[in-house]
Amino acid sequence: MAIELKMPALSPTMEEGTLARWLVKAGDAVKSGDILAEIETDKATMEFEAVDEGVVSELLVAEGSEGVKVGTVIALIAGDDEEQKPNAAPAQAGAVTEPPASSGPSLRGNEAPVTKPMAAQAVSLEGGTPTTVREALRDAMAEEMRADPRIFVMGEEVAQYQGAYKVTQGLLDEFGAKRVIDTPITEIGFAGIGAGAAMAGLRPIIEFMTFNFAMQAMDHIINSAAKTNYMSGGQMRCPVVFRGPNGAASRVGAQHSQNFAPWYANVPGLIVIAPYDAADAKGLLKSAIRCEDPVVFLENELVYGRSFPVPDGDHSVPIGKARIMREGSDVTIVSYSIGVGLALEAAETLAAEGINAEVLDLRTLRPLDKGAVLASLAKTNRMVVAEEGWPVCSIASEIQAICMEEGFDHLDAPVLRVCNEDVPLPYAANLEKLAVIDAGRIVEAVRKVCYR
Amino acid sequence: MARAATSKAASSGAGPLSNIKPYSASTDEMLRFYKDMLLIRRFEEKAGQLYGLGLIGGFCHLYIGQEAVAVGLQSGLDANKDSVITGYRDHGHMLAYGIDPRLIMAELTGRGAGISRGKGGSMHMFSVDHKFYGGHGIVGAQVALGTGLAFAHKYSEDGGVAVAYFGDGASNQGQVYESFNMAALWKLPIIYVIENNGYAMGTAVERGSSETHFHRRGESFRIPGIQVNGMDVLEMRGATDMALDYVRAGNGPLLMEVKTYRYRGHSMSDPAKYRTREEVQDVREKSDPIDGLKKIMLEAGISEDDIKGIDKEVRRMSNEAADFAESSPEPDVAELYTDVLVGSY
Ligand SMILES: Cc1ncc(C[n+]2csc(CCOP(=O)(O)OP(=O)(O)O)c2C)c(N)n1
Ligand SMILES: [Mg+2]
Repeated sequence: MAIELKMPALSPTMEEGTLARWLVKAGDAVKSGDILAEIETDKATMEFEAVDEGVVSELLVAEGSEGVKVGTVIALIAGDDEEQKPNAAPAQAGAVTEPPASSGPSLRGNEAPVTKPMAAQAVSLEGGTPTTVREALRDAMAEEMRADPRIFVMGEEVAQYQGAYKVTQGLLDEFGAKRVIDTPITEIGFAGIGAGAAMAGLRPIIEFMTFNFAMQAMDHIINSAAKTNYMSGGQMRCPVVFRGPNGAASRVGAQHSQNFAPWYANVPGLIVIAPYDAADAKGLLKSAIRCEDPVVFLENELVYGRSFPVPDGDHSVPIGKARIMREGSDVTIVSYSIGVGLALEAAETLAAEGINAEVLDLRTLRPLDKGAVLASLAKTNRMVVAEEGWPVCSIASEIQAICMEEGFDHLDAPVLRVCNEDVPLPYAANLEKLAVIDAGRIVEAVRKVCYR
Repeated sequence: MARAATSKAASSGAGPLSNIKPYSASTDEMLRFYKDMLLIRRFEEKAGQLYGLGLIGGFCHLYIGQEAVAVGLQSGLDANKDSVITGYRDHGHMLAYGIDPRLIMAELTGRGAGISRGKGGSMHMFSVDHKFYGGHGIVGAQVALGTGLAFAHKYSEDGGVAVAYFGDGASNQGQVYESFNMAALWKLPIIYVIENNGYAMGTAVERGSSETHFHRRGESFRIPGIQVNGMDVLEMRGATDMALDYVRAGNGPLLMEVKTYRYRGHSMSDPAKYRTREEVQDVREKSDPIDGLKKIMLEAGISEDDIKGIDKEVRRMSNEAADFAESSPEPDVAELYTDVLVGSY
């Protein structure tokens, strides 16, 4: 019986890839462990290994084919042993070859990734070059490093491996091993080294592979970096940038899926930034690197691969200023990071219902742009805060507090928060989907505050 | 790189630790070691396949190549007393304890029948019944936690020994040394097992560690260390028996550096460009733990047919685990809110 070999998913977020090269041809005998093909994802080229034994009877997808969807049958193997089961589980057979619907490809059978596609609105490419968030971050570092020799990048797998998520791709080649430094797995150690080097006048960019691992380094971020300037009466500075992906990724479970924004935003002495799109990723990271204060720069793995226009040239964005992503008059949806995309998606749905929502992207979480929040509230009189993170003691609760204290007269309805469920993030696909916010829940909350 | 290591004791003063003898296994024991290792291999290959089909998500770290470590070591433990803890590369350690492969695979696919009810996933699996304490995603955490298990053994005077497995990369975390110091100070019954597979993600040991002889890492705490060839299940078991004798006698902690190798990428999404295909192939051909034992078995007069029988049985078990994991339902949605706290307040 022929075994169907399917285009594999080679990373938690992969939906399609390029079949770069076949290493076998029809007629070849293969056994478990043999490398069959090289497959390119947006991040890397991966080898695809055989699991079953048999003879390759047919290659169905030519090498060089781009955009091959995960699950597409790419080759057939004739098994040589009745013990060997077909790889193709009938359960997924129906779902795998259909082109993905633009609203959410479900190529993983019943286990659709939580990754939301980019909001449906057409992104204007005027006045900018389409750039992924990943590239924008790298460009920001590279441009600043060219301009200032005090800047260096340090972290796990940032140099030779080109970054665990490929954000530092190419930096080692351009700047060399003195300025792009691989560390052992020792977060508290290299976070402290970063803070100390900053005290001595250098400009470290410390990458955490993810912010889940910055928990190990919390002491230096908070007790060392955040307090230096104050405790020294302004003599000693600590201009370090701590950056890396934050928030839920996809199916990586409770210890690897958390949004620490409210934790850091709680600490006086820190700047906390959480950009959404590529232009802000670049512009805000450049400002963070130039800034004299310690910065916690929170990225999001799920948006690394999304493309947005980025203004050409030395594009920087001021710290501490929110921006209106979409003008509206009936209600304001406040968000940051990945939540902004969901808020925009919700606003589209709401527009079709006759509710004109304004979307406010906070961008910097400390210092928070209270003025922008209150101005929008004064205009729309209704507010919903959307946050990919836990609800208790969150950025959302902070916004609610600000509205109560300083915007009470402008409120026509209670400010609602739409957050993740108040549980550690579960691994199971169905539970994960339920645990994490989505546009639908934002829409519902907006209807409520609009009394619809 | 897994150079075929010869075992040695780190400190000359180690006396009882100076010569590791390969375990002399009976025919039945060899058959069991073979089956346990092969089950891990087939199970992990199956898991890789299900990952490719999108049935397993997130991170999935396979144990292929390292099978002899968990099997050799855990075969020597007393499952009623001793406790085990490891990191995220944990499927093999669970299988080596005889935990039902179906429950492990169902955890990987995130189903309600999984050993953590689908809520933990690949990196977070536990079996308190087996005194298997996880399954931890934060590199190095299991070292301090394992030291806590040892503390509990000593405190409750139950005669148990804790085994904490961690990687060459993990061995650079600060908490490892804080744990070493306390374990030595308080003579806690623990075997620290450094699974040195040559790489921490893309970082070869020489690029991440100033002292690459990991069995020496306990020296400043006066913890003796031994180095064991982790590609040889009988040697693993021999070393374990010796280590257990030492620790059970109340001498305090022991460090065991195990030289091993992972054949696959760090996780499913690792392109593994930091080493050559030839390097991997070379280890596979020259030091594969399963092939190695098979050779010894044949020499000992075990028949090809008996071995083939095991191959079949193991394939059946891993296929069955995969079928079970694919066909059993996802967790009930109400599970989202259970187990957050134990009590109700
Ligand atoms: C504190 C922390 N930092 C970083 C990571 C990301 N990470 C996961 S595994 C790993 C490499 C660990 O290598 P090693 O300890 O040698 O174990 P192996 O994977 O080889 O079994 C890294 C960097 C993590 N999970 N936790
Ligand atoms: Mg390792």
